[in-house]
Amino acid sequence: MSAVAQYVSNIWRAVITTLIGMRVTGRNAFTRPVTLEYPDERAHLPERYRGILHNRIEDCIGCLACARACPVNCIHIEISKRDKEDYGVTSDGTKITQWIPKFDIDMSLCMICGLCTEPCPTECLTVTKEYELAVEGKREMYLEFALERDKQIVAKKMAEKETPAAAE
Amino acid sequence: MKEWVDGLIRGSAALRGMPPEVSYFLAMVFFGLCAVGFMAICALAFVWLERKVSARIQSRYGPVYTGGKFGWAQTLADAVKLLMKEDLVPTSADRILFNIAPVITFMASMLTLVAIPFGDGLIVADLDVGIFFILAVSGMAVIGFLMGGWSSNNKWSLYGGMRAASQIISYEIPVALSLIGVVMIVGSLNMSEIGRFQEGGFWRWNLFRSPFLFVAGFIYFTAALAEINRTPFDLPEAESELVAGYSTEYSGMKFAFFFLAEFANLFVVSAIASVMFLGAWTSPLPWQLLPGPVWFLVKAFGLVIVIMWLRWTLPRLRVDQLMAVCWKYLIPISLVMLIGLGVQMWKFPVK
Repeated sequence: MSAVAQYVSNIWRAVITTLIGMRVTGRNAFTRPVTLEYPDERAHLPERYRGILHNRIEDCIGCLACARACPVNCIHIEISKRDKEDYGVTSDGTKITQWIPKFDIDMSLCMICGLCTEPCPTECLTVTKEYELAVEGKREMYLEFALERDKQIVAKKMAEKETPAAAE
Repeated sequence: MKEWVDGLIRGSAALRGMPPEVSYFLAMVFFGLCAVGFMAICALAFVWLERKVSARIQSRYGPVYTGGKFGWAQTLADAVKLLMKEDLVPTSADRILFNIAPVITFMASMLTLVAIPFGDGLIVADLDVGIFFILAVSGMAVIGFLMGGWSSNNKWSLYGGMRAASQIISYEIPVALSLIGVVMIVGSLNMSEIGRFQEGGFWRWNLFRSPFLFVAGFIYFTAALAEINRTPFDLPEAESELVAGYSTEYSGMKFAFFFLAEFANLFVVSAIASVMFLGAWTSPLPWQLLPGPVWFLVKAFGLVIVIMWLRWTLPRLRVDQLMAVCWKYLIPISLVMLIGLGVQMWKFPVK
Protein backbone atom coordinates (compact mmCIF):
# COMPACT_ATOMS: atom_id res chain seq x y z
CA MET A 1 0.00 0.00 0.00
CA SER A 2 1.34 3.40 -0.85
CA ALA A 3 1.93 5.88 1.93
CA VAL A 4 -0.99 8.03 0.93
CA ALA A 5 -3.39 5.09 0.79
CA GLN A 6 -2.08 4.00 4.18
CA TYR A 7 -2.67 7.50 5.57
CA VAL A 8 -6.24 7.63 4.32
CA SER A 9 -7.01 4.12 5.48
CA ASN A 10 -5.64 4.97 8.95
CA ILE A 11 -8.06 7.87 9.22
CA TRP A 12 -10.92 5.75 7.92
CA ARG A 13 -10.15 2.95 10.37
CA ALA A 14 -9.88 5.36 13.30
CA VAL A 15 -13.31 6.82 12.53
CA ILE A 16 -15.01 3.50 11.79
CA THR A 17 -13.61 1.59 14.76
CA THR A 18 -14.59 4.42 17.09
CA LEU A 19 -18.12 4.34 15.72
CA ILE A 20 -18.30 0.56 16.05
CA GLY A 21 -17.12 0.81 19.66
CA MET A 22 -19.66 3.51 20.39
CA ARG A 23 -22.40 1.38 18.86
CA VAL A 24 -21.48 -1.51 21.15
CA THR A 25 -21.37 0.59 24.30
CA GLY A 26 -24.45 2.51 23.24
CA ARG A 27 -26.38 -0.69 22.82
CA ASN A 28 -25.15 -1.91 26.19
CA ALA A 29 -26.35 1.27 27.84
CA PHE A 30 -29.96 0.37 27.06
CA THR A 31 -29.91 -3.24 28.14
CA ARG A 32 -31.19 -4.27 31.55
CA PRO A 33 -28.46 -4.00 34.19
CA VAL A 34 -27.27 -7.36 35.45
CA THR A 35 -26.71 -6.01 38.96
CA LEU A 36 -28.47 -7.72 41.85
CA GLU A 37 -28.93 -5.08 44.52
CA TYR A 38 -27.66 -7.43 47.16
CA PRO A 39 -29.25 -6.68 50.49
CA ASP A 40 -32.60 -6.11 48.76
CA GLU A 41 -32.36 -8.88 46.20
CA ARG A 42 -30.89 -12.35 46.60
CA ALA A 43 -29.17 -14.46 44.03
CA HIS A 44 -30.98 -17.68 43.06
CA LEU A 45 -28.80 -20.45 44.51
CA PRO A 46 -28.24 -23.72 42.68
CA GLU A 47 -29.94 -26.88 43.98
CA ARG A 48 -26.80 -28.39 45.51
CA TYR A 49 -25.27 -25.20 46.87
CA ARG A 50 -23.11 -25.81 49.95
CA GLY A 51 -23.39 -23.22 52.67
CA ILE A 52 -22.87 -23.32 56.40
CA LEU A 53 -23.39 -26.69 58.25
CA HIS A 54 -26.41 -27.52 60.36
CA ASN A 55 -27.14 -30.51 62.59
CA ARG A 56 -30.66 -31.59 63.52
CA ILE A 57 -29.46 -32.82 66.90
CA GLU A 58 -32.75 -34.63 67.68
CA ASP A 59 -31.93 -37.12 64.92
CA CYS A 60 -28.21 -37.42 65.70
CA ILE A 61 -27.16 -40.87 66.99
CA GLY A 62 -23.63 -39.86 67.91
CA CYS A 63 -21.93 -42.31 65.53
CA LEU A 64 -18.91 -40.00 64.99
CA ALA A 65 -18.89 -40.75 61.26
CA CYS A 66 -18.88 -37.07 60.42
CA ALA A 67 -15.99 -36.27 62.74
CA ARG A 68 -13.93 -39.05 61.12
CA ALA A 69 -14.80 -37.90 57.62
CA CYS A 70 -13.80 -34.30 58.29
CA PRO A 71 -10.47 -33.56 56.60
CA VAL A 72 -9.69 -30.58 58.84
CA ASN A 73 -11.04 -31.95 62.14
CA CYS A 74 -13.40 -29.13 62.77
CA ILE A 75 -16.19 -31.29 64.27
CA HIS A 76 -15.78 -32.00 67.98
CA ILE A 77 -18.13 -34.61 69.45
CA GLU A 78 -18.37 -36.15 72.90
CA ILE A 79 -20.67 -39.09 73.52
CA SER A 80 -21.74 -41.11 76.54
CA LYS A 81 -23.59 -44.43 76.51
CA ARG A 82 -27.28 -44.27 77.43
CA ASP A 83 -28.92 -46.78 79.75
CA LYS A 84 -31.22 -49.27 78.01
CA GLU A 85 -34.41 -47.57 79.23
CA ASP A 86 -33.18 -44.18 77.96
CA TYR A 87 -32.81 -45.31 74.34
CA GLY A 88 -34.40 -42.88 71.95
CA VAL A 89 -35.49 -43.10 68.37
CA THR A 90 -34.88 -40.77 65.42
CA SER A 91 -37.48 -39.55 62.97
CA ASP A 92 -36.46 -42.30 60.51
CA GLY A 93 -36.64 -45.02 63.21
CA THR A 94 -32.97 -45.48 64.07
CA LYS A 95 -32.17 -46.24 67.70
CA ILE A 96 -30.29 -43.53 69.63
CA THR A 97 -27.92 -45.22 72.07
CA GLN A 98 -25.76 -42.27 73.09
CA TRP A 99 -26.09 -39.04 74.99
CA ILE A 100 -24.35 -36.29 73.06
CA PRO A 101 -23.19 -33.61 75.54
CA LYS A 102 -21.00 -31.94 72.95
CA PHE A 103 -21.49 -31.50 69.21
CA ASP A 104 -19.45 -28.49 68.09
CA ILE A 105 -18.45 -27.37 64.63
CA ASP A 106 -15.69 -24.79 64.35
CA MET A 107 -16.74 -22.80 61.28
CA SER A 108 -13.44 -20.91 61.33
CA LEU A 109 -11.77 -24.21 60.38
CA CYS A 110 -14.54 -25.63 58.24
CA MET A 111 -13.93 -25.42 54.51
CA ILE A 112 -17.51 -26.34 53.62
CA CYS A 113 -16.49 -29.40 51.58
CA GLY A 114 -19.62 -31.31 52.61
CA LEU A 115 -17.71 -34.58 53.16
CA CYS A 116 -19.15 -34.89 56.67
CA THR A 117 -22.71 -34.99 55.41
CA GLU A 118 -22.12 -37.99 53.15
CA PRO A 119 -21.50 -40.73 55.77
CA CYS A 120 -24.23 -39.45 58.12
CA PRO A 121 -26.59 -42.45 58.55
CA THR A 122 -29.64 -40.47 59.68
CA GLU A 123 -28.94 -37.52 57.40
CA CYS A 124 -29.17 -35.10 60.30
CA LEU A 125 -25.96 -33.25 59.43
CA THR A 126 -26.63 -31.15 56.35
CA VAL A 127 -25.27 -28.17 54.47
CA THR A 128 -27.67 -25.26 54.37
CA LYS A 129 -27.94 -22.55 51.74
CA GLU A 130 -26.87 -19.93 54.25
CA TYR A 131 -23.93 -18.07 52.68
CA GLU A 132 -23.64 -14.95 54.80
CA LEU A 133 -20.88 -16.17 57.06
CA ALA A 134 -19.76 -12.86 58.52
CA VAL A 135 -20.06 -12.67 62.31
CA GLU A 136 -19.10 -10.13 64.92
CA GLY A 137 -16.68 -12.26 66.89
CA LYS A 138 -14.63 -15.42 66.68
CA ARG A 139 -16.81 -17.12 69.32
CA GLU A 140 -19.80 -16.89 66.99
CA MET A 141 -18.02 -19.04 64.44
CA TYR A 142 -18.05 -21.88 66.94
CA LEU A 143 -21.41 -23.56 66.44
CA GLU A 144 -22.73 -25.63 69.36
CA PHE A 145 -25.55 -28.04 68.66
CA ALA A 146 -25.65 -30.22 71.80
CA LEU A 147 -28.96 -30.26 73.70
CA GLU A 148 -29.03 -28.79 77.18
CA ARG A 149 -30.80 -31.99 78.35
CA ASP A 150 -27.92 -34.20 77.25
CA LYS A 151 -25.37 -31.90 78.83
CA GLN A 152 -27.14 -31.98 82.19
CA ILE A 153 -27.68 -35.74 82.16
CA VAL A 154 -24.07 -36.46 81.37
CA ALA A 155 -22.83 -33.92 83.90
CA LYS A 156 -24.99 -35.61 86.55
CA LYS A 157 -23.67 -39.05 85.54
CA MET A 158 -20.07 -37.85 85.80
CA ALA A 159 -20.74 -36.37 89.21
CA GLU A 160 -22.29 -39.69 90.36
CA LYS A 161 -19.30 -41.66 89.09
CA GLU A 162 -16.85 -39.48 91.00
CA THR A 163 -18.71 -39.42 94.30
CA PRO A 164 -21.18 -42.33 94.29
CA ALA A 165 -21.97 -41.79 97.97
CA ALA A 166 -23.11 -38.20 97.56
CA ALA A 167 -25.68 -39.17 94.95
CA GLU A 168 -27.54 -41.52 97.23
CA MET B 1 -25.55 42.24 29.48
CA LYS B 2 -23.97 45.64 30.00
CA GLU B 3 -27.24 47.44 29.26
CA TRP B 4 -29.00 45.12 31.62
CA VAL B 5 -26.48 45.84 34.39
CA ASP B 6 -26.92 49.56 33.70
CA GLY B 7 -30.65 49.16 34.08
CA LEU B 8 -30.21 47.19 37.28
CA ILE B 9 -27.95 49.85 38.76
CA ARG B 10 -30.38 52.63 37.80
CA GLY B 11 -33.28 50.65 39.22
CA SER B 12 -31.74 49.91 42.61
CA ALA B 13 -31.60 52.76 45.09
CA ALA B 14 -28.72 51.22 47.04
CA LEU B 15 -26.54 50.76 43.95
CA ARG B 16 -27.41 54.17 42.48
CA GLY B 17 -26.02 55.95 45.54
CA MET B 18 -22.55 54.52 45.05
CA PRO B 19 -19.89 55.75 42.66
CA PRO B 20 -20.17 53.89 39.33
CA GLU B 21 -16.86 52.08 39.79
CA VAL B 22 -18.06 50.46 43.00
CA SER B 23 -21.54 49.59 41.76
CA TYR B 24 -20.14 48.05 38.56
CA PHE B 25 -17.59 46.16 40.56
CA LEU B 26 -20.31 44.78 42.88
CA ALA B 27 -22.54 43.85 39.96
CA MET B 28 -19.68 42.07 38.20
CA VAL B 29 -18.68 40.24 41.37
CA PHE B 30 -22.28 39.12 41.75
CA PHE B 31 -22.49 37.80 38.17
CA GLY B 32 -19.07 36.22 38.48
CA LEU B 33 -20.24 34.37 41.58
CA CYS B 34 -23.37 33.31 39.72
CA ALA B 35 -21.17 31.86 36.98
CA VAL B 36 -18.94 30.05 39.46
CA GLY B 37 -21.98 28.71 41.28
CA PHE B 38 -23.50 27.51 38.03
CA MET B 39 -20.22 25.84 37.15
CA ALA B 40 -19.95 24.14 40.52
CA ILE B 41 -23.48 22.79 40.24
CA CYS B 42 -22.75 21.63 36.70
CA ALA B 43 -19.57 19.89 37.82
CA LEU B 44 -21.44 18.09 40.60
CA ALA B 45 -24.14 17.05 38.17
CA PHE B 46 -21.54 15.84 35.67
CA VAL B 47 -19.76 13.69 38.23
CA TRP B 48 -23.09 12.04 38.98
CA LEU B 49 -23.88 11.77 35.27
CA GLU B 50 -20.49 10.27 34.55
CA ARG B 51 -21.05 7.58 37.16
CA LYS B 52 -24.50 6.85 35.81
CA VAL B 53 -23.38 6.75 32.16
CA SER B 54 -20.40 4.54 32.93
CA ALA B 55 -22.61 2.25 34.97
CA ARG B 56 -25.23 1.91 32.26
CA ILE B 57 -22.60 1.23 29.62
CA GLN B 58 -21.23 -1.55 31.82
CA SER B 59 -24.74 -2.91 32.53
CA ARG B 60 -24.73 -1.68 36.11
CA TYR B 61 -27.01 0.74 37.98
CA GLY B 62 -24.46 3.16 39.41
CA PRO B 63 -25.35 5.04 42.57
CA VAL B 64 -28.94 4.24 43.61
CA TYR B 65 -29.30 4.85 47.33
CA THR B 66 -27.83 8.23 48.27
CA GLY B 67 -30.52 10.89 48.40
CA GLY B 68 -33.38 8.50 47.78
CA LYS B 69 -33.96 7.96 44.09
CA PHE B 70 -31.21 7.58 41.43
CA GLY B 71 -28.47 8.39 43.94
CA TRP B 72 -28.78 12.04 42.99
CA ALA B 73 -27.03 13.20 46.19
CA GLN B 74 -24.00 10.99 45.66
CA THR B 75 -21.68 13.78 44.52
CA LEU B 76 -23.02 16.05 47.24
CA ALA B 77 -21.95 13.45 49.76
CA ASP B 78 -18.60 13.07 47.99
CA ALA B 79 -18.07 16.83 48.02
CA VAL B 80 -18.81 17.06 51.73
CA LYS B 81 -16.40 14.21 52.34
CA LEU B 82 -13.69 15.98 50.30
CA LEU B 83 -14.17 19.22 52.23
CA MET B 84 -13.86 17.38 55.55
CA LYS B 85 -10.61 15.72 54.56
CA GLU B 86 -7.29 16.74 56.00
CA ASP B 87 -5.36 19.13 53.81
CA LEU B 88 -1.97 17.48 53.43
CA VAL B 89 1.18 19.05 52.02
CA PRO B 90 4.12 16.69 51.51
CA THR B 91 7.16 17.71 53.57
CA SER B 92 9.45 17.96 50.57
CA ALA B 93 6.92 19.77 48.40
CA ASP B 94 7.37 23.33 47.24
CA ARG B 95 4.71 24.77 49.49
CA ILE B 96 3.92 27.96 47.61
CA LEU B 97 3.65 26.44 44.14
CA PHE B 98 1.80 23.47 45.57
CA ASN B 99 -0.87 25.75 46.98
CA ILE B 100 -1.16 28.01 43.93
CA ALA B 101 -1.44 25.24 41.31
CA PRO B 102 -5.06 24.17 41.88
CA VAL B 103 -6.18 27.80 42.03
CA ILE B 104 -4.61 28.57 38.66
CA THR B 105 -6.16 25.51 37.05
CA PHE B 106 -9.54 26.32 38.51
CA MET B 107 -9.26 29.96 37.53
CA ALA B 108 -8.34 29.08 33.95
CA SER B 109 -11.47 27.00 33.50
CA MET B 110 -13.70 29.51 35.30
CA LEU B 111 -12.44 32.49 33.28
CA THR B 112 -13.49 30.87 30.03
CA LEU B 113 -17.04 31.00 31.28
CA VAL B 114 -16.94 34.79 31.11
CA ALA B 115 -17.05 34.81 27.32
CA ILE B 116 -19.55 32.02 26.70
CA PRO B 117 -23.00 33.19 25.57
CA PHE B 118 -25.80 31.26 27.23
CA GLY B 119 -28.37 33.04 25.13
CA ASP B 120 -28.71 36.06 22.89
CA GLY B 121 -27.04 38.75 24.99
CA LEU B 122 -26.84 36.51 28.05
CA ILE B 123 -23.09 36.69 28.41
CA VAL B 124 -21.02 38.02 31.29
CA ALA B 125 -18.56 39.94 29.11
CA ASP B 126 -19.37 40.33 25.43
CA LEU B 127 -15.75 40.59 24.36
CA ASP B 128 -14.85 41.39 20.77
CA VAL B 129 -11.97 38.95 21.07
CA GLY B 130 -14.29 36.30 22.58
CA ILE B 131 -12.98 33.01 21.22
CA PHE B 132 -9.40 34.27 21.26
CA PHE B 133 -9.80 35.15 24.94
CA ILE B 134 -11.17 31.68 25.68
CA LEU B 135 -8.27 29.96 23.93
CA ALA B 136 -5.72 32.15 25.69
CA VAL B 137 -7.22 31.67 29.12
CA SER B 138 -7.80 27.95 28.83
CA GLY B 139 -4.19 27.57 27.75
CA MET B 140 -3.26 28.83 31.20
CA ALA B 141 -4.49 25.63 32.80
CA VAL B 142 -1.33 23.88 31.69
CA ILE B 143 0.71 26.14 33.99
CA GLY B 144 -1.34 24.87 36.92
CA PHE B 145 -0.87 21.25 35.88
CA LEU B 146 2.86 21.66 35.47
CA MET B 147 3.13 23.56 38.78
CA GLY B 148 1.19 20.88 40.61
CA GLY B 149 3.28 18.14 39.04
CA TRP B 150 6.58 19.85 39.73
CA SER B 151 5.94 21.08 43.25
CA SER B 152 4.61 17.77 44.59
CA ASN B 153 8.11 16.30 44.44
CA ASN B 154 6.70 12.97 43.39
CA LYS B 155 7.62 11.07 40.28
CA TRP B 156 4.02 10.26 39.35
CA SER B 157 3.02 13.87 39.67
CA LEU B 158 5.99 15.04 37.64
CA TYR B 159 5.27 12.57 34.86
CA GLY B 160 1.62 13.61 34.89
CA GLY B 161 2.49 17.29 34.78
CA MET B 162 4.96 16.83 31.93
CA ARG B 163 2.54 14.73 29.94
CA ALA B 164 -0.18 17.32 30.51
CA ALA B 165 2.11 20.08 29.32
CA SER B 166 3.25 18.32 26.15
CA GLN B 167 -0.25 17.13 25.33
CA ILE B 168 -2.12 20.35 25.95
CA ILE B 169 0.41 22.53 24.16
CA SER B 170 0.38 20.23 21.12
CA TYR B 171 -3.37 20.06 20.95
CA GLU B 172 -3.83 23.82 21.25
CA ILE B 173 -2.81 24.00 17.59
CA PRO B 174 -5.53 21.82 16.01
CA VAL B 175 -8.08 23.41 18.34
CA ALA B 176 -7.11 26.88 17.19
CA LEU B 177 -6.85 25.90 13.53
CA SER B 178 -10.28 24.29 13.49
CA LEU B 179 -11.83 27.30 15.21
CA ILE B 180 -10.18 29.71 12.76
CA GLY B 181 -12.42 28.24 10.06
CA VAL B 182 -15.49 29.38 11.97
CA VAL B 183 -13.96 32.79 12.53
CA MET B 184 -13.24 33.05 8.79
CA ILE B 185 -16.80 32.30 7.74
CA VAL B 186 -18.42 34.49 10.41
CA GLY B 187 -15.92 37.28 10.13
CA SER B 188 -15.84 37.93 13.86
CA LEU B 189 -14.21 36.62 17.04
CA ASN B 190 -17.16 37.79 19.10
CA MET B 191 -19.04 34.81 20.55
CA SER B 192 -22.47 36.49 20.40
CA GLU B 193 -21.79 37.45 16.79
CA ILE B 194 -20.93 33.85 15.97
CA GLY B 195 -24.15 32.70 17.62
CA ARG B 196 -26.31 35.25 15.80
CA PHE B 197 -24.69 34.30 12.49
CA GLN B 198 -26.15 30.79 12.78
CA GLU B 199 -29.76 31.70 13.51
CA GLY B 200 -32.57 30.25 11.39
CA GLY B 201 -32.35 26.47 11.35
CA PHE B 202 -29.79 23.74 11.54
CA TRP B 203 -28.67 24.14 7.92
CA ARG B 204 -27.33 27.53 8.88
CA TRP B 205 -25.22 26.07 11.68
CA ASN B 206 -21.50 26.28 10.98
CA LEU B 207 -21.16 22.52 11.07
CA PHE B 208 -23.42 22.16 8.02
CA ARG B 209 -22.43 25.28 6.13
CA SER B 210 -19.45 23.76 4.46
CA PRO B 211 -17.97 20.26 4.22
CA PHE B 212 -14.69 21.73 5.40
CA LEU B 213 -16.27 23.09 8.55
CA PHE B 214 -17.98 19.74 9.11
CA VAL B 215 -14.57 18.08 9.29
CA ALA B 216 -13.18 20.98 11.32
CA GLY B 217 -15.97 20.44 13.85
CA PHE B 218 -14.89 16.87 14.43
CA ILE B 219 -11.25 17.89 14.59
CA TYR B 220 -12.12 20.47 17.23
CA PHE B 221 -14.05 17.90 19.22
CA THR B 222 -11.20 15.37 19.11
CA ALA B 223 -8.50 17.88 19.94
CA ALA B 224 -10.62 19.38 22.72
CA LEU B 225 -10.91 15.95 24.31
CA ALA B 226 -7.14 15.89 24.48
CA GLU B 227 -7.02 19.40 25.88
CA ILE B 228 -9.22 18.50 28.83
CA ASN B 229 -7.46 15.18 29.45
CA ARG B 230 -10.41 12.96 28.71
CA THR B 231 -10.09 9.39 27.55
CA PRO B 232 -8.78 8.33 25.02
CA PHE B 233 -6.29 11.13 25.71
CA ASP B 234 -6.15 10.89 29.50
CA LEU B 235 -2.44 10.22 29.71
CA PRO B 236 -1.70 12.99 32.24
CA GLU B 237 -3.79 11.25 34.87
CA ALA B 238 -3.68 7.69 33.60
CA GLU B 239 -4.95 5.93 36.72
CA SER B 240 -3.37 2.60 35.89
CA GLU B 241 0.10 4.07 35.36
CA LEU B 242 0.44 7.31 37.27
CA VAL B 243 -1.89 6.94 40.28
CA ALA B 244 -3.63 10.26 39.54
CA GLY B 245 -1.02 12.19 37.58
CA TYR B 246 -0.35 15.75 38.68
CA SER B 247 -2.99 15.57 41.43
CA THR B 248 -1.51 12.50 43.14
CA GLU B 249 -0.32 14.37 46.24
CA TYR B 250 -3.37 16.58 46.60
CA SER B 251 -6.09 15.99 49.13
CA GLY B 252 -9.17 17.67 50.47
CA MET B 253 -10.17 21.05 49.13
CA LYS B 254 -7.21 21.41 46.78
CA PHE B 255 -7.96 18.10 45.13
CA ALA B 256 -11.57 19.20 44.87
CA PHE B 257 -10.40 22.27 42.95
CA PHE B 258 -8.55 20.12 40.40
CA PHE B 259 -11.54 17.85 40.15
CA LEU B 260 -13.97 20.71 39.77
CA ALA B 261 -11.78 22.30 37.10
CA GLU B 262 -11.71 19.04 35.17
CA PHE B 263 -15.47 18.71 35.09
CA ALA B 264 -15.93 22.43 34.47
CA ASN B 265 -13.65 22.04 31.44
CA LEU B 266 -15.95 19.32 30.24
CA PHE B 267 -18.76 21.85 30.13
CA VAL B 268 -16.60 24.61 28.67
CA VAL B 269 -15.44 22.44 25.78
CA SER B 270 -18.98 21.32 25.00
CA ALA B 271 -20.22 24.88 25.27
CA ILE B 272 -17.57 26.17 22.87
CA ALA B 273 -18.33 23.37 20.43
CA SER B 274 -22.03 24.15 20.52
CA VAL B 275 -21.46 27.89 20.11
CA MET B 276 -18.93 27.54 17.31
CA PHE B 277 -20.45 24.68 15.34
CA LEU B 278 -23.92 23.83 16.60
CA GLY B 279 -25.58 27.21 16.47
CA ALA B 280 -25.25 28.29 20.12
CA TRP B 281 -28.72 29.23 21.42
CA THR B 282 -30.55 28.87 18.11
CA SER B 283 -33.13 26.22 17.53
CA PRO B 284 -32.50 23.57 14.85
CA LEU B 285 -35.77 24.61 13.19
CA PRO B 286 -36.66 28.06 11.87
CA TRP B 287 -38.97 28.54 14.87
CA GLN B 288 -37.43 29.22 18.29
CA LEU B 289 -39.59 26.63 20.11
CA LEU B 290 -37.74 26.84 23.42
CA PRO B 291 -35.94 29.78 25.06
CA GLY B 292 -32.38 30.27 23.82
CA PRO B 293 -30.56 29.26 27.01
CA VAL B 294 -32.49 25.97 27.04
CA TRP B 295 -31.36 25.13 23.51
CA PHE B 296 -27.82 26.06 24.45
CA LEU B 297 -27.82 23.84 27.53
CA VAL B 298 -29.45 20.96 25.64
CA LYS B 299 -26.68 21.07 23.03
CA ALA B 300 -23.88 21.46 25.56
CA PHE B 301 -25.16 18.68 27.83
CA GLY B 302 -25.71 16.44 24.81
CA LEU B 303 -22.06 16.88 23.87
CA VAL B 304 -21.04 16.21 27.47
CA ILE B 305 -22.88 12.90 27.30
CA VAL B 306 -21.14 12.08 24.01
CA ILE B 307 -17.77 12.80 25.64
CA MET B 308 -18.64 10.47 28.51
CA TRP B 309 -19.84 7.84 26.05
CA LEU B 310 -16.48 8.07 24.27
CA ARG B 311 -14.63 7.81 27.54
CA TRP B 312 -16.22 4.49 28.38
CA THR B 313 -15.76 3.18 24.85
CA LEU B 314 -12.16 3.86 23.90
CA PRO B 315 -8.95 2.70 25.57
CA ARG B 316 -6.10 5.08 26.31
CA LEU B 317 -3.59 5.97 23.61
CA ARG B 318 0.16 5.57 23.98
CA VAL B 319 2.29 8.71 24.09
CA ASP B 320 3.68 8.18 20.58
CA GLN B 321 0.18 7.52 19.21
CA LEU B 322 -1.03 10.66 20.96
CA MET B 323 1.60 12.77 19.27
CA ALA B 324 1.04 11.03 15.93
CA VAL B 325 -2.68 11.80 16.05
CA CYS B 326 -1.93 15.45 16.66
CA TRP B 327 1.02 16.19 14.37
CA LYS B 328 0.45 13.71 11.55
CA TYR B 329 -3.32 13.79 11.30
CA LEU B 330 -5.20 16.57 13.06
CA ILE B 331 -2.92 19.49 12.20
CA PRO B 332 -2.37 18.69 8.48
CA ILE B 333 -6.05 17.92 7.99
CA SER B 334 -7.16 21.10 9.70
CA LEU B 335 -4.73 23.09 7.55
CA VAL B 336 -6.16 21.50 4.41
CA MET B 337 -9.68 22.26 5.65
CA LEU B 338 -8.67 25.87 6.24
CA ILE B 339 -7.36 26.22 2.70
CA GLY B 340 -10.44 24.47 1.32
CA LEU B 341 -12.70 26.79 3.24
CA GLY B 342 -10.76 29.78 1.92
CA VAL B 343 -11.23 28.58 -1.65
CA GLN B 344 -14.91 27.92 -1.01
CA MET B 345 -15.44 31.40 0.39
CA TRP B 346 -13.61 32.92 -2.54
CA LYS B 347 -15.68 31.04 -5.16
CA PHE B 348 -19.02 31.05 -3.30
CA PRO B 349 -19.10 34.06 -0.95
CA VAL B 350 -21.37 33.64 2.09
CA LYS B 351 -24.61 35.64 1.74
